[in-house]
Amino acid sequence: MADVRRGELLFDGAEWDFDALHRAHDAIERVALDDLGLNLYTNQIEIISSEQMLDAYSSNGMPLMYRHWSFGKHFLREDQLYRKGARGLAYEIVINSNPCISYCLEDNTMALQALVIAHAGFGHNHFFKNNHLFRQWSDAGGILDYLEYARNFIARCEEKHGEQDVEKLLDAAHSLMPSSVFRHRRPVELSLRDESRRRRERQAEEERAVYYLWETLDRARPSAQINEEAQARKREMGLPEENLLYFIETHSPILKPWEREILRIVRNIAQYFYPQRQTKVMNEGCACFVHYHIIQALHEAGQITDGAMLEILHNHTNVLTQPDFDDPRFTGLNPYAIGFAIMQDIRRICDAPTEEDREWFPDIAGSRDWRNVLKDAWASYRDESFVQQFLSPNVIRRLRLFSLVDEEDDPYYTVNAIHDEHGYRKVQEALSHNVSVSMMDPDIQVIDVDLLGDRCLQLRHFKRHGIPLDEKTREMTLTNLRRLWGYEVMIDDSDSDGCSARPS
Amino acid sequence: MAHFIDRRLNPKDKSLGNRRRFIRRVRGVVKQAVSESVRRRAIADVDQKEQVSVPADGISEPSFQHATEGGQRERVLPGNKSFRAGDRVDKPKAGAGQGGREGSAEGQGEDEFMFVLSRDEFLDLFFENLELPDLIKQNLKEIHSTRPRRRGYAVTGTPANLSVERTMRNALGRRIALGRPGTRKMLDLAERVRELEALSSPTTEQQAELEDVEEQLKKILQRRRLVPFVDPLDIRYRHFTQDPEPTANAVMFCLMDVSASMGQREKDLAKRFYVLLHLFLRRRYDKIDLVFIRHTQTASEVDEDTFFHSRETGGTVVSSALTKMKEVIKDRYSPSDWNIYAAQVSDGENYTGDSENCAEILDTDLMRLCQYFAYIEIVDEDEARLLSSEANGMELWRAYRGLSKRWQQFAMKRIAGPADIYPVFRELFEKQPEGSGHG
Repeated sequence: MADVRRGELLFDGAEWDFDALHRAHDAIERVALDDLGLNLYTNQIEIISSEQMLDAYSSNGMPLMYRHWSFGKHFLREDQLYRKGARGLAYEIVINSNPCISYCLEDNTMALQALVIAHAGFGHNHFFKNNHLFRQWSDAGGILDYLEYARNFIARCEEKHGEQDVEKLLDAAHSLMPSSVFRHRRPVELSLRDESRRRRERQAEEERAVYYLWETLDRARPSAQINEEAQARKREMGLPEENLLYFIETHSPILKPWEREILRIVRNIAQYFYPQRQTKVMNEGCACFVHYHIIQALHEAGQITDGAMLEILHNHTNVLTQPDFDDPRFTGLNPYAIGFAIMQDIRRICDAPTEEDREWFPDIAGSRDWRNVLKDAWASYRDESFVQQFLSPNVIRRLRLFSLVDEEDDPYYTVNAIHDEHGYRKVQEALSHNVSVSMMDPDIQVIDVDLLGDRCLQLRHFKRHGIPLDEKTREMTLTNLRRLWGYEVMIDDSDSDGCSARPS
Repeated sequence: MAHFIDRRLNPKDKSLGNRRRFIRRVRGVVKQAVSESVRRRAIADVDQKEQVSVPADGISEPSFQHATEGGQRERVLPGNKSFRAGDRVDKPKAGAGQGGREGSAEGQGEDEFMFVLSRDEFLDLFFENLELPDLIKQNLKEIHSTRPRRRGYAVTGTPANLSVERTMRNALGRRIALGRPGTRKMLDLAERVRELEALSSPTTEQQAELEDVEEQLKKILQRRRLVPFVDPLDIRYRHFTQDPEPTANAVMFCLMDVSASMGQREKDLAKRFYVLLHLFLRRRYDKIDLVFIRHTQTASEVDEDTFFHSRETGGTVVSSALTKMKEVIKDRYSPSDWNIYAAQVSDGENYTGDSENCAEILDTDLMRLCQYFAYIEIVDEDEARLLSSEANGMELWRAYRGLSKRWQQFAMKRIAGPADIYPVFRELFEKQPEGSGHG
């Protein structure tokens, strides 16, 4: 497309048009490929209106989604907040798909569009394509097809079985969504052909199950044998099981085939989003690092005016502000700020290490090869391990991080560590737990079920550090679970912190 | 290489289906809110958006979550000022939450969920109480009605609108102007050719004639190909434009007995009736004036707020309101310029002997001026069962029954609940064919 020589302005003024977008995209791409050496999906950049942005918000940012009232609720809430002016709109939404789709708001100025394209279309894009979690656990090429299949399937179910029934099922499924990902096993990849093959298998299996029920009707057997059989069946069912919807889908005594299929859709979507939750700090950090580097490069080459650069920096700073803990604006650690700070520091360590850096990061300090160090980090870490590996004393000092311990019985908090020689490791450890999804989500597993007896489903919450479940939501979620299971569901707590059977 | 796609022109409201499902979900609360706001609003403003707040309970999306308290936790915070390792900080007193990632995923302070109902959604719920048939609902919601009208001919259009007559007329003119040889002439020549060819031994003369005739026939055929019977140029379609329905002015008189026997329930029902009548009228008229006349033993014209909310004591003389209405019409609403509608609501009580008087006024004066006069008697639910027959009733009812036989635009109805309101309108719109207004 448009060929831009070095030093020639890509755009001037606030208004954007498609030619300018093309020019900016191509210039950004040149820096991304030639300088940073990023590995990218093809970009598909879509310009949308603010109303469409709100639409996208309400369905998890996906362009296609099945229908459910909760999305309507989210839309209404966002709409309300936006109209009141309580919240601005995101400048962009980016989707982990191939081609990589990013939505840009039409109200953005040209400078912002450039920033957004660099951020989403190159930063997030590279991260999606290269990070091992995304590569392994989500199928970027198939997701849009799958969502389309899901939407059509659920719409057909609504026609056939009534909106109300589908809605009840989705309500229950949504409430188990967070507890329905495989954290350790690798899920099967989604593909349309597999889907239909699997449906056929399921039908066959159901026919077998009927036969099985008849066969076991009337034989009196010694209890020892029954016990043994129960044990064997438990093993067969793969208990304990951490993916609740998966377990219900395969073993619920009451669900019809279409209901099982919907559960499967819901948990597949949960699984698709799981890597994004595990890499919030890294993903945003990567996108911020990339846009910052690219925009700087373009500015240095004279392709962006000083005015546009100031506008970009202003937005950049807004996003990356980390208010102190006692600041009224403080709402928690800002993943953008942490990720960006650590990545900038990696570059500094590579280029201009201090004595301390050489001691902490002997492998990379002074290597001057920050591009590959970062690309390697983006590819092979998740938030938890990334913080553990790369949070440097320098960043801890700069953000003046400290860790606070809250014991249930004490009337006070204890400052456990601050930014000093003794504290660095502790802060690193604590922060890495703070950003770890497996520590944030309650660990709930199916441990037992007696399909031949009362069919009571036994769940166990493996407490970490004695943190209990919230009672109100627990009861409501259990009600939903009972609806899916069809019989009693019990949950108990286990205090065994180590829960050593499963490393996590 | 990137693809840029402009999605701004894509259909909006992708989440409309979700919104509809959400409103169905909170239907009970929303309906309540709609009822309340009908009570609160002015008649002419009823079909506006409405802010509704829904308690968060019915629409929560629960999942297993950690409690906000209990156990041992460690958090990393930024911006240390003066803490040293081992320092202790007092916990805030119970209730002053510390916030943070353990907080509910829904965000804080979500006791109530607020959103705005659109005009259509509001009307849907409003109509639902009234049990309106779907067709009427659709008609009422549509503010601008248009009707296709013939507007001459056009050169483009759909085959269904092809005007054969006009097309053929054009074709004929063109054929004459361009001199298309007639079919008869062609057939004659062809016949002659056949005759000449059939001769076993033609003379030289005949030979020459054959050549000549064949030459002529060839020319004619060529000419006919050049000037076709019907050319795309000739084709005309009937042309229609969407014209707005003619509208005019209307005035709607609301008459109501406000003596002490009319309580909140009666007034609510009356208001619903007025609202519906107003919506019906708005569909047909550009401008609608509302006149409120209340009466006890005397009648006065008041504003809407006073009409519905203030209370008077006194006797009941219904004819006073009718007399007042007559005066107002004479003063301000000349029947040649205005379509006059009136709705009278009462609980049926009247001063003895006055009912005949009322019927008299209506019969001699008002019914001639009115497009429509509705009399609504509001009764208790038990009463409604007792008075199941049309013939029974109080004095006023009996007096009006005679009228309803003589005047087809006079409707009367007993109403015990919102669902009874609509049938009154059905009578009106069945009786009165479209477009018979004299506006």
